[in-house]
Amino acid sequence: MTDSDPVLALRDVWKSFASADGQVPVLRGVDLAVSSGETVALTGESGSGKSTLLHIAGGLDTFDKGNVRLAGHDLAAMSDAKRAAVRRSEVAIIFQQFNLIPSLNVADNIAFQARIAGHADEVLIADLAGRLGLSDQLRKYPEALSGGQQQRVAIARAIAARPRVLLADEPTGNLDERTSAEVLDELLALVADTGAALLLVTHSPAIAARMGRRLHLSKGQLV
Amino acid sequence: MNRACLSALLSHWVRNPLQLFAFLTGLALATGLWAGVQAINAEARASYDAAAATLGKGQFDQIVPATGDVIAQADFVTLRRAGWLVSPVVEGQIDGVRILGFDPLSSPIGFGVSQRTQTGDLGAFLDGDRLFANAETTGQLPSGIGVVTDPSVAPGIAVGEIGVVQRLLKRTDLSRLVVQPEQPLQRPALADIAPHLRLKSASQTADVGELTDSFHLNLTAFGLLSFAVGIFIVYSTIGLAFEQRRGMVRTLRALGVSLPRLIALMVIEVLLLALVGAIIGIFLGYIVAGVLLPDVAVTLRGLYGADVAGTLQFRASWLGSGLAVALLGSLAAAVAKIWQIASMPILASAQSRAWSMRSGRARGVQTVLAATSLLSAVGLAWFGTGLTAGFALLGCFLIGAALTAPLLMHPVLAFAVSAARTPVARWFWADTRQQLPGLSLALMALMLAISANVGVATMVSSFRLTFVAFLDQRLAPELYVEAANAAQANAIETRLPDSGVTVLPLLAIDTQVAKQPTRLFGVRVGPTYRDNWVFLDAQPNAWERVSAGSGAVANEQLARRAGLWVGDSVALGEDQTVALAAIVADYGNPRGQLVIGEASFRKLHPEIEPRQFGLRTDDPEMTRRILVSDLGLAESAITDQSALKATSLQVFDRTFTVTAALNVLTLVVAGFAMLMSLLTLADLRVPQLAPVWALGITRRRIGKLELLRTLVFAVMVCIIALPVGLVLAWVLLAIINVEAFGWRLPMFLFPGDYFRLFLLSVLAAIAAASWPSLRLMRLPPARLLKVFANER
Repeated sequence: MTDSDPVLALRDVWKSFASADGQVPVLRGVDLAVSSGETVALTGESGSGKSTLLHIAGGLDTFDKGNVRLAGHDLAAMSDAKRAAVRRSEVAIIFQQFNLIPSLNVADNIAFQARIAGHADEVLIADLAGRLGLSDQLRKYPEALSGGQQQRVAIARAIAARPRVLLADEPTGNLDERTSAEVLDELLALVADTGAALLLVTHSPAIAARMGRRLHLSKGQLV
Repeated sequence: MNRACLSALLSHWVRNPLQLFAFLTGLALATGLWAGVQAINAEARASYDAAAATLGKGQFDQIVPATGDVIAQADFVTLRRAGWLVSPVVEGQIDGVRILGFDPLSSPIGFGVSQRTQTGDLGAFLDGDRLFANAETTGQLPSGIGVVTDPSVAPGIAVGEIGVVQRLLKRTDLSRLVVQPEQPLQRPALADIAPHLRLKSASQTADVGELTDSFHLNLTAFGLLSFAVGIFIVYSTIGLAFEQRRGMVRTLRALGVSLPRLIALMVIEVLLLALVGAIIGIFLGYIVAGVLLPDVAVTLRGLYGADVAGTLQFRASWLGSGLAVALLGSLAAAVAKIWQIASMPILASAQSRAWSMRSGRARGVQTVLAATSLLSAVGLAWFGTGLTAGFALLGCFLIGAALTAPLLMHPVLAFAVSAARTPVARWFWADTRQQLPGLSLALMALMLAISANVGVATMVSSFRLTFVAFLDQRLAPELYVEAANAAQANAIETRLPDSGVTVLPLLAIDTQVAKQPTRLFGVRVGPTYRDNWVFLDAQPNAWERVSAGSGAVANEQLARRAGLWVGDSVALGEDQTVALAAIVADYGNPRGQLVIGEASFRKLHPEIEPRQFGLRTDDPEMTRRILVSDLGLAESAITDQSALKATSLQVFDRTFTVTAALNVLTLVVAGFAMLMSLLTLADLRVPQLAPVWALGITRRRIGKLELLRTLVFAVMVCIIALPVGLVLAWVLLAIINVEAFGWRLPMFLFPGDYFRLFLLSVLAAIAAASWPSLRLMRLPPARLLKVFANER
């Protein structure tokens, strides 16, 4: 893989789900390439397959047909365990529901993915906590934080793992407008600093407008 | 990575200390009771082994007097001169300690402490007037006697060189002769040179280990029941913890932890916790065993004459068994949840789905399992034989009954929902039904504990009633006497009838009947036997047949073991056969017995003269005076009937002290299971109760309804536990007892006892529910509001 190659590339990806009415296609021949440092917004109606595409890109879900290359790894040819290894070292995912570990405090939550990837950088973690306004919250547990604070912890956890690809599934969907804008500013600033590629799913045209490239998913195809 | 993941998993327990407490305490209680019972069994078995080694029982043939308990030194000399390789033994008692004297030079290898003496320590053994005993026994001996502490000597026994022991006991005679396994081919028959002695084969000497097997099996069964109840707590806690961590599992996998690694780490997590619980449990077991062991020792001494050390030692066998059951039990409790996680898609819902209404499919599976267990129990009752099959039947029945209990409650609660008139009542019953899956394990544990109490209490009380009636039947003579010599025996027989006393000689010898070790009795048939003995089955005129020499009465144990019943013939000698005229119950006795007429006995064993007599008298005090002042009997040779009955009942009651203690402990564990289930569920209840509170029901009322809910469950459990307990009692009385002891007991019902037990159980359940209810009543409104704040 060379520097000019996209860090995330989907070629002719198909995916369908079984339902009572038979197989329902969700993705129909999706092609997508995202390079390092690039920020891409993915919009679409509910049920258009945005989250499914994101999950496939992150190695969380499998696909029926096509090819997905993530940081040079061919996901189709990989076992579950190898996909898990790629997830912890090359990708970080920010969920709408935060998905923090409730029994770990903020400090441990931020460091968690970096630790399991084997490259925890305590200086970077402290710096991230400071930049995201979490320095005073490090000993607290997620249940004691507001929604905005929890999402900041999730962002810090993602950036601390130093991923090459950052996937965000409506990261501000649970936040009010002001907090949403603040969190997005912080996220974009951090992505710019690290040079990671960002693929962000959103319903909001305003948020999409702040990304370098905007894609729209309709009836399982990018338009 | 492993460290970070493991600490994330373990952090759940740190954040939920109540769950950790429930897990560790449940496992510690389960392991504690199991390990305690195993420790008692191990200690007892070690004592049997030490006793067998010290006394040579079951290892060597012995020569014993045909009557009485004394052999002259001259007999020993005669036998040695005739070529018999025998070794002398003298036995007696000093301050309740059994003193055994033997000759280390002529005794066989493996007898007494001869392993010691035969491995070069002979000088120390022979040096000086001293005995050898373990530390506990040493403390019981008078201070004037020199004692060397030797842990290898069996408890309750002190051994020494024969001359030393004879001096201490002030005796010049012997008690028995141990026969060397290797004997010269040419030697005269024992009957020719010492007709007053008889050879007792090794197989006839009591193997206390075998006799007590059923007792230890009963203890093990109780330990297993307690363990099962305790492991319910563990299962319930692990289930809750895993359900609450579904979100965490999803996150961990999304962040790159592979499924095999996650499962391996969860197994390690469970094993680590189980190890801590097991260590606490083993320590607890040591305490339980230490407390119960003295009662067990009394039981074993009273029932089987087996001496067991009253102090406990750490032994690898029960330590290992405690550790193994704790680890395996915890893994077994976790395996279903781990399997669920293994088969859960990575993107599955992270919502905790426990404690919601269980699906009809899950109830279907439970129904099939319950039916299979109950059908297996019926099959085992029909076709199974032996004690193991009896316990398997018990296990299948209890598992089936436990699984059936929630299935029975479900339709009752569904009916209550439809019958409720007010909205709150309707919500109450619907919510109670919804709690059923979450509480079902605790309810099953409570049901098992209550039914075990009903079953065992019914068995013990039935046994006691029967035993008291049996004592009245069999201990009819007002006095029992033992003559010191033939002259005294003769005087009792000839002079007492003049004073209006009926003398009943008790002739007895240990022999073999129908290949079973049996004590053969010769009785003088008269009104005492005719009026008092109640037969299980008999031919008409049974006592006439016995008196005439054509019939015999067998105890139930002998009849069942030999496969004989009324009308069957048994050979008594080479040319004497009698028919079984009756079968008599013989409770509390592990050995077979056969009763024949006095004349037949004397013909078979003319060498045996009666030394023991039962005396029927209208004036026991006067008879006692005649015995002492006119016939010269010692006071200690006369036993009052009431004293004998009291002693027998005392032994009986202490025999079941351990059972009662284990019963109570099982109930305590079940109560604890209920408390832990309610406490751990309390947090999950908040989101369910918050809407009800928001709609206008006060926290106080909600708390009271929670208490009422527990009361409803406890009453339902008691109602189901009663028939289960009675079936359990029937199995114990009609199957387990017959297999273990050889006798079948009649079953009686004790409604007052059951009512008291139910009251206690309901109170225990309410006590268990009080704390969680109180917590609910005091729950800050902010906690309830938070439920809505989190809703999006």
